[in-house]
Amino acid sequence: MRELVILSGKGGTGKTSITAAFASFSSNMILCDADVDAADLHLLMAPDIQQKTDFQGGNVAVINHDKCTSCGLCIELCRFDAVKDNFIIDPIECEGCGVCYDLCPEKAIDFPIKTCGEWYISDTRFGTMVHARLGIAQENSGRLVALVRQEARKIVQKKNIDLILTDGPPGIGCPVIASMGQANAILIVSEPTVSGIHDLARVGQLADHFKIPAMVCVNKYDLNLDQTQAIKDLAKEKNIIFAGQIPFDKNFTESMIQGKNIIETDENSQASLAVRKIWENVMAQPAMNIVRLA
Amino acid sequence: MIISIASGKGGTGKTTVATNLAFSLGKNVQLMDCDVEEPNSHLFLNPEIKDKQAVIAPVPLIDEDKCTWCKKCMEICRFGAIAVVGKKVITFPDLCHSCGGCMAVCPEHAVSEGDRELGDIETGSIKENLFVQGRLNVGQVMSPPIIKKILTLARDGMVNIIDAPPGTSCPVIAAMKGADFVLLVTEPTPFGLHDLALAVETVKILKIPHGIVINRAGMGNDGVKEYAKKEGIPILMEIPFDKKIAQVYSRGELIVEKMPEYKDKFLDLFDHINRLIKDPGDKGAGFK
Repeated sequence: MRELVILSGKGGTGKTSITAAFASFSSNMILCDADVDAADLHLLMAPDIQQKTDFQGGNVAVINHDKCTSCGLCIELCRFDAVKDNFIIDPIECEGCGVCYDLCPEKAIDFPIKTCGEWYISDTRFGTMVHARLGIAQENSGRLVALVRQEARKIVQKKNIDLILTDGPPGIGCPVIASMGQANAILIVSEPTVSGIHDLARVGQLADHFKIPAMVCVNKYDLNLDQTQAIKDLAKEKNIIFAGQIPFDKNFTESMIQGKNIIETDENSQASLAVRKIWENVMAQPAMNIVRLA
Repeated sequence: MIISIASGKGGTGKTTVATNLAFSLGKNVQLMDCDVEEPNSHLFLNPEIKDKQAVIAPVPLIDEDKCTWCKKCMEICRFGAIAVVGKKVITFPDLCHSCGGCMAVCPEHAVSEGDRELGDIETGSIKENLFVQGRLNVGQVMSPPIIKKILTLARDGMVNIIDAPPGTSCPVIAAMKGADFVLLVTEPTPFGLHDLALAVETVKILKIPHGIVINRAGMGNDGVKEYAKKEGIPILMEIPFDKKIAQVYSRGELIVEKMPEYKDKFLDLFDHINRLIKDPGDKGAGFK
């Protein structure tokens, strides 16, 4: 089993469009959408949901006012200012630590499990896809990311599939860290802008921190050739493998509107050929050819 | 006044709107970059940084002389940050949420708190305006405490502009809570629309007045406009899909500096926001 995770640091550089395009190049893979906060891959994949499961993300404290004596201990103990003066707990502020629940002298606090989202196993025209939806304003996106990846691994093992293609979240925090552990390598989709480079450097550092091999490709490279060169220089300096560059192409947006990937729209366009080249470069890397036990 | 600039989807132009709006207003502004995983505003505003402070989260320290291995700390911890194995206590600071439960529950008073650095907050100025940004340390997971700390630096009597992180979960909530207005930046594509709708749901839960900026207007379809009309959300500004703007951005420059005709558009945007804060139903402000 092998897994490639597509990341970017900066949002909106083209992670999902490129992940979707890669799906055209492999017949023995499954897709995993690890951007559970703002998942978009399903918009290109038209998933036919086969299995839907609630995500129990944690617990939330609720005060039972019949038992509460307003002693104030919970207000004193809560580090997250979730207990308001009228002894009502703000579920958005509640961290789910359970300290008030455990220490209330009147046992007046309940601590029910809350459903924080859903995850799905779906059929798509490219094969199986595991994806999820975190509820609005919910926590624990890192745990949901870990869960969809774990489910993808189970399916891979059962069906003897070769590769997991994971569309990752933006940033470098909790969900990103949850999306990359145990992966063979990450491919960072960058763009030739000062922000793109700044954010690439931070994801590169993160990959280095967790000892995961990193590659980079530049989307819309022709927007600014100096910045594209700067990305190549940075990649060289930081031991990030440069996997290729893609020209600006309005087909990315056009394909999105049609619910397709760019390969399906026109497999011979400059952008499609460039994406294919990047795919070949990525899959030829030694890091992508280490088969792990799932 | 606090205006939080958010989006759901990443890369729609939050930083573009935040920095150009701040620069257009010119005075009495504080820009607060709360995208602590990937702070970018500084690249466009070149602030003079005057101070830098670490953001520290408390994590447990165990006094082995007092500990009786009763395991109460391990039992209360919902984050798996403490393990008691035989006569040994192991802590995992990276998993700790700093709830203080272990310290509160320990009958022997054997738990005290040490420091874990999550990141830092830098403060400085851009001419006569103020600048604050947070930065999560690489490898750390907890960004909300840094964002919450930045928000304590909001100044009364100033226009505080927050550059929020993407998404809809805890870091975004932290960067929206307490705002007088949330400006949602989107692009007119299916991805932009899908994530805008998630962001709108988030703002509605927090009950904050909000409006939309369409960036790269003309690149995709009319889905966002149809959605805004249906939901009754005002579209306060459209920034066209223009290669020149993309190039200005790519070099780390401000649109309003290179294309001064945009300054009035950003001032209009601010005027609309002001009117909507006073009267969220103000039909003159962006409703079409």
